[in-house]
Amino acid sequence: MRRLLWPSVALALAIAYPLLFSTPFQQRLGALVLLYAIAASAWNIVGGYAGQVSVGHVVFFGCGAYAAMGAYSHFALSPLVGIPAGIAASVAIAAVIGVPTLRLSGHYFSMATIAVAELVRLIVSDTDYLGGGVGLSGPTVPRNVFDLSFISALPYYYLFLTVLVLTLGITWWMADSRMGFYLRAIRDSERAARSLGAPASRIKLYAFMLSAGLTSVSGTLYAAMFGFVDPESGLGILISVKMLIMAALGGAGLLFGPLVGAAILVPLEEISNNLLGGNGAGLTFIVYGAIIVLIARFQPGGILTLLMRLSAKPGKTPDISSAAGAPHAP
Amino acid sequence: MSSILVQVVVGGLLLGAVYALFSSGLTLIWGMMNIVNFAHGDFVMLGMYVAFVIWKLFGSGPLLGAPAAALVLATLGIVVYFGLIRSIMKGPMLAQILGTFGLALLLRYAVFWWFGANFLSLPEDIVGGTFDLFGIRIEASRLLAGLVALIVTGALHVLLTRTTLGSKMLAVAEDSAAAQLMGIRPDTMQAIAWAIAAGVTGIAGALIATFFYVVPTVGETLAIVAFVTVSLGGFGSVPGALVAGLLIGVIESLSAYWIGAVYKDIVVYALFLGFLWFRPQGLMGKS
Repeated sequence: MRRLLWPSVALALAIAYPLLFSTPFQQRLGALVLLYAIAASAWNIVGGYAGQVSVGHVVFFGCGAYAAMGAYSHFALSPLVGIPAGIAASVAIAAVIGVPTLRLSGHYFSMATIAVAELVRLIVSDTDYLGGGVGLSGPTVPRNVFDLSFISALPYYYLFLTVLVLTLGITWWMADSRMGFYLRAIRDSERAARSLGAPASRIKLYAFMLSAGLTSVSGTLYAAMFGFVDPESGLGILISVKMLIMAALGGAGLLFGPLVGAAILVPLEEISNNLLGGNGAGLTFIVYGAIIVLIARFQPGGILTLLMRLSAKPGKTPDISSAAGAPHAP
Repeated sequence: MSSILVQVVVGGLLLGAVYALFSSGLTLIWGMMNIVNFAHGDFVMLGMYVAFVIWKLFGSGPLLGAPAAALVLATLGIVVYFGLIRSIMKGPMLAQILGTFGLALLLRYAVFWWFGANFLSLPEDIVGGTFDLFGIRIEASRLLAGLVALIVTGALHVLLTRTTLGSKMLAVAEDSAAAQLMGIRPDTMQAIAWAIAAGVTGIAGALIATFFYVVPTVGETLAIVAFVTVSLGGFGSVPGALVAGLLIGVIESLSAYWIGAVYKDIVVYALFLGFLWFRPQGLMGKS
């Protein structure tokens, strides 16, 4: 039961947050933290647990976002339709690009996923059906509650919280299953895992597809909240980078790593944008860049790994090796 | 071949030579230390901005801009090596990718913050104008950029294969512990490699600036071009990068001419993916 203590406290705090911090800015901030935490947690399955650093996850994010806005613009359906449609499209795309790219190891995989993402962005920018460079919009005036178009951030907050709990539940279940053990073995040494009979290619592909489907849901939710999607906001490489950074800052390969990362970086970005106005965008990313360089340089295991090490009782070595960035024996 | 087609191919070759030059920088680091510098495109971008600043300050073209860019970038290369790369080199892969990615964001948005997102450009006549050569029209700036790039790439190849310094660097790349026993300092050699790689990349940037607009995000596309070139040419191979660079330059020009300018990047990225699929070791790399 002890392992459920902290998650329960965190959940209680998360439920209480909008009641304690009730200004529109604070509620919107909370909703955004949860939204990015969903995306980063989804990335974490393949990037953290499996150690395959994908920089192309924005493709799946875009699938969900475009599916939601496309369902509305072309068929006058609720953006909620984007969830199943986006998941289906993402899982299919993940299967198609996963088979060739997951054979590539390390850096090659990262580069290939960048190329896929840029390729998709260029093609979508040039496709009129998907709105080209302008993008697609959602409902301006909600017809009913299923249009997910609310003025207050509060409904989004609880919607995102529900989805985040589901995402983390799925991740937890996966990490604790045979698949999770295979993934960690593959991350530490694919060759060793294969030689012990782990079906590495198949397991990596499953992880990639699962991760893609969940990422797509975050894209749908994003589009529903902002009411539009264009190639930059739905398919820009920076979105992939954000998922990656949040997971790595908190602790890649740890269940709550991405949530911790999002809870630090999203407020940082929103507050600096607010304080600095239009000029803030550049400065925010300078800070982002600096933070990533510093984590990579000093704490590749992320903040949670550091906390776990600090809070561990002397004489008892904590299990830090479960974080993707933590150094481990070759 | 019609003269238009010849012109397109020649233009592609000249651009390809510049691609080859900055890709040589990437391939050198990659081959020697097995690190992919995701900030490489932004090194090129910085070279372009140095050339721009030099023109703003002194009104001079690549004659001063290129050496200045080489100097600034080489210094940056050394700083990056000692500040970041040396400690993440032996670390987990996530840290390597994150480290250079963070560096890319840092450089790109520092420039964005300082210079703004506007498209800047050097005056069109900074290097000659346009002239006819055997019936095809060539911009002097592109001709100069292509030729200088060829010469510098060639010089880099000679440096790596025909000099003591080159042999020492190769020794470190092959077996750093053994090299150390022979009295070679791996740290120094790797720092020099970063200085050289960043320096030639700076030169390439200064050359590109004479005929291309200068904008903070330009490195994004150029980084992918460099990845394509290096994967095609095989990592660690400067001649490979040269052949691949020229090839990509021509493919880009031809697809822009035949299909349309919007599609030239699409063709190159698709080619890259196809290549990674069938020959992950590259065109000239060993399997």
